[in-house]
Amino acid sequence: MVYFIDILLIALSAALINNFIFYYFVGACPFIGVSRNVDMAFGMGCAVTFVMSIAVFLSWTITTFILVPGAPVSTFIAGFFLSAEQAATIDLTILSYIIYIFVIASSVQFVEMYMRKFLPLLYKSFGVFLPLITTNCAIMFACLIILSKVSGVENPADAWDLGRALTLAFFGGVGFTIAIVIMAGIREELELCDIPKPFQGAAITLVVGGILALAFMGFTGVNTGLKKALTFTPVAEAEMNDSGSH
Amino acid sequence: MAEQPTALERFVQGILPENPVYRQLIGLCPILAITNSMQAAVTMAVAVTFVLVCANAVISLIRPLLKPHLRIVIFTLTIATFVTIADRVLAAYLYQMSKTLGPYIPLIIVNCLIICRCEVCASKQPVFTAVSDAVGQSIGYGLALASIACVREVLGTGMFFGMRVMPAAWPDWSVMVLPPGGFIVFGLLLGTANWISNRR
Repeated sequence: MVYFIDILLIALSAALINNFIFYYFVGACPFIGVSRNVDMAFGMGCAVTFVMSIAVFLSWTITTFILVPGAPVSTFIAGFFLSAEQAATIDLTILSYIIYIFVIASSVQFVEMYMRKFLPLLYKSFGVFLPLITTNCAIMFACLIILSKVSGVENPADAWDLGRALTLAFFGGVGFTIAIVIMAGIREELELCDIPKPFQGAAITLVVGGILALAFMGFTGVNTGLKKALTFTPVAEAEMNDSGSH
Repeated sequence: MAEQPTALERFVQGILPENPVYRQLIGLCPILAITNSMQAAVTMAVAVTFVLVCANAVISLIRPLLKPHLRIVIFTLTIATFVTIADRVLAAYLYQMSKTLGPYIPLIIVNCLIICRCEVCASKQPVFTAVSDAVGQSIGYGLALASIACVREVLGTGMFFGMRVMPAAWPDWSVMVLPPGGFIVFGLLLGTANWISNRR
């Protein structure tokens, strides 16, 4: 039960409360550049969600099994050269940035190749966006959150498992899609407005983005309130059951 | 291509005429995210300068070896190496600042500004030209960061570089240091910059 509440909160906070664009500002370049019509924005959002899930899956696996101190693979390999105690302290997290960018670039490449071969229709619909995604900060950012949740924790039991990592990636992508689609809808309407000339294009988009970010600030604190509401009754019930059975 | 701009022209162009932020609109994540205080903005500018100059120099040195289809991978790996160095140095000497900047230092890797300069300039030009281009672009980037940060910090907290500049009665306009302030201030400054350059 606690696990499901955790997942729910991670999903909600990635999609709405700490929205990637409006709270962390990652992925602002496509937000300004691509969000011109709703269909394209939706295509971009889907492509980002897809690639983000794959990249986070790969980087979670690599981080957990190779990079962190005491990870199985690195300990096993170092065991050939060092004593067991020394091998368990091997810390490869310094390589994480290089590995993540490599993982992202190659997963974009693989997704592109796979889709061209097996899903030509889908490939045509988001073909243009796929190569662009390599340099989308949102994906790198999701990988970095995973790094901090896996290796930055003091108690090894608190490290995120694959389910939490994938939830963050998928709903982070959903939040990105929500933001970019809302923005594209507003921009379609803005085409019809009489905007002062210096503000046309990016400037007015940024100001509108600021107002949207203000709206999204309204979600602040929803997660703590929800957590209280969700954990209150089940915990009390569980305690009562426990005391009843003893 | 009629004639390539010289090293000096590239240096000057990076600062204002082709300012990476106000003119080319690239490298926007840190522009919005860490400009809520001058100290963070200056640290970020220094980190970007270091990475951009080093990456441009290295790419320019290895340019005869670059294969067209692998060049982007080589660019990102080179940049990632220098970003790792910058990140470790920052964590060792300015621990508090490295905590504040958090994931935005590693995000320099995917900053379009650096990849763009590697692609446009460093992969085609000799070292001296590439480095002067990198320095010019980084100065332009640093100025843009500082311009946004000083507006946001002064309005949001009444301070400049952590020193009080506004009278004590100034009500802190805290939305300016929160995320929406970044979008709005940058949008307004961008509009103003367009307006000034159109009037000329």
